[in-house]
Amino acid sequence: MTTAAVSATARQDRAMPRVRASAVVMFLYIVFLLLPIYWLLNMSLKTNTEILSTFTLWPRNLTFANYHTILTDPAWYMGYVNSIIYVVMNTVISITVALPAAYAFSRYTFMGDKHLFFWLLTNRMAPAAVFALPFFQLYSSVGLFDTHIAVALAHCLFNVPLAVWILEGFMRGVPKEIDETAYIDGYSFGRFFIRIFMPLIASGIGVAAFFCFMFSWVELLLSRTLTSVNAKPIAATMTRTVSASGMDWGVLAAAGVLTIVPGAIVIWFVRNYIAKGFALGRV
Amino acid sequence: MEKTVNHKAWFLVLPVLVLVAFSAVIPLMTVVNYSVNDTFGNNEFFWNGLDWFDEMIHSDRLWAAFWRQVMFSAIILVIEVPLGIFIALNMPKKGIWASVCLVLMALPLLIPFNVVGTIWQIFGRVDIGLLGHTLQALGIDYNYVNDPIDAWATIIIMDVWHWTSLVALLCYAGLQSIPQAYYQAAKIDQASRWKVFRYIELPKMKGVLLIAVLLRFMDSFMIYTEPFVVTGGGPGNSTTFLSIDLVKMAVGQFDLGPAAAFSIMYFLVIMLISWVFYTVMTSFDREDAQK
Repeated sequence: MTTAAVSATARQDRAMPRVRASAVVMFLYIVFLLLPIYWLLNMSLKTNTEILSTFTLWPRNLTFANYHTILTDPAWYMGYVNSIIYVVMNTVISITVALPAAYAFSRYTFMGDKHLFFWLLTNRMAPAAVFALPFFQLYSSVGLFDTHIAVALAHCLFNVPLAVWILEGFMRGVPKEIDETAYIDGYSFGRFFIRIFMPLIASGIGVAAFFCFMFSWVELLLSRTLTSVNAKPIAATMTRTVSASGMDWGVLAAAGVLTIVPGAIVIWFVRNYIAKGFALGRV
Repeated sequence: MEKTVNHKAWFLVLPVLVLVAFSAVIPLMTVVNYSVNDTFGNNEFFWNGLDWFDEMIHSDRLWAAFWRQVMFSAIILVIEVPLGIFIALNMPKKGIWASVCLVLMALPLLIPFNVVGTIWQIFGRVDIGLLGHTLQALGIDYNYVNDPIDAWATIIIMDVWHWTSLVALLCYAGLQSIPQAYYQAAKIDQASRWKVFRYIELPKMKGVLLIAVLLRFMDSFMIYTEPFVVTGGGPGNSTTFLSIDLVKMAVGQFDLGPAAAFSIMYFLVIMLISWVFYTVMTSFDREDAQK
């Protein structure tokens, strides 16, 4: 008994430093992740004179003037409004068309289903740069250039496949017996889908919506190519300001901080599904 | 799950098909069209055969961008995959700290690409950035605007900062699915830490790891915004990757024919690689299903 106890404590002693070591690793990694973000936040709370004249680790003259500039100047805040409009449009479109398709992929075999599923994946992998010019010409020729719907449709290129894959992953987890029972009970497909099936995969829909929102929110190349004035997204506003009016570092940093906010708010609710979402529902 | 054969399921897929056809097939056909035609403007096109492809495949500029791209993707994979696994192994398994770690780690993944660029552009600057200023103060001659090596280092660190968490989160999800009994069995057999990793954790992570490598490879292979914001492809052409080069050619110089030929080859390479990954992935799935 004593030897067992001794070896147990010895093992514990050996185990203790390992636990601390992993805490140190995590601490260092998270500091590495947060430091650049902190620096951006730090810059956004300084005046331009402070940024350029002295090197300070935290703002000496705390100012919210940069945020004030953004929230009162239409050239800036309309960027956020435009981004949110096309991102929401895109999320709604993507989820609406992806729901029935994901259901078909998860429940039925049909001619060409595997090829179709793979073809969707290749769209997720398509370089936006390849599509920039043809999109520009396509949407110009149908008169949609510089509208929110153009960007929303363009982002469907990668968000619809993403939504289909994520939703299919969630739907596979719902037993098929539920469908069959509902049909026996006399539910039509539409009523079954909306009243019974959708509540069952509500978390999946939430996750898919979150990822559609995020990927549309972070994309710059297509949204910049397809807009000029009326639907100009915040990302484009930021890059254009940099090149045009010299470097207003404080305002640029504040604009950057504000783009991080929506993601940071929602992330807590989907924290257990992050891996699933990024892995296209395959985890 | 046993699936029933039902060709009417096509009707459920139809909306996706129509939408993706509009946003992928039509533009892609335009590209194909340009790649085999030449134009002197006025929307008049004439057949040019495969000349553009011929020109592009012998273009030094394209090959230079291609090798830069391959090198970039290789470097970030070599850094991010092992680092991601290492971080995943060190993450707390449950409790409030697990959630806190998850959320903090996911933060860089949710920042718009151009803001990631902006963050590092500011962070690396010698006059106002913490990183640049500190390196300068330590006596290291660092300037990502003028020095190609520093520019590369900045872009690689930026990508590691941006995406390592993705690899880590995927591996973490794989690790979470390992039943506790496996570890207990290993303890009884007095397996070393390395053996536990090699024979229990790594095989269980195989599937997610493959997805992580696929995603990281694809996304790094078509990276555009981040290096564009930080270096604009410079100094010189030293950080001009495939996408940056393509956009320069297509939207900047409006060389439609060559750019279209370039696009098609670029897309084919990516298709080929995703097909290989997809085949391996589905064969893994089948193996798992048999177990």
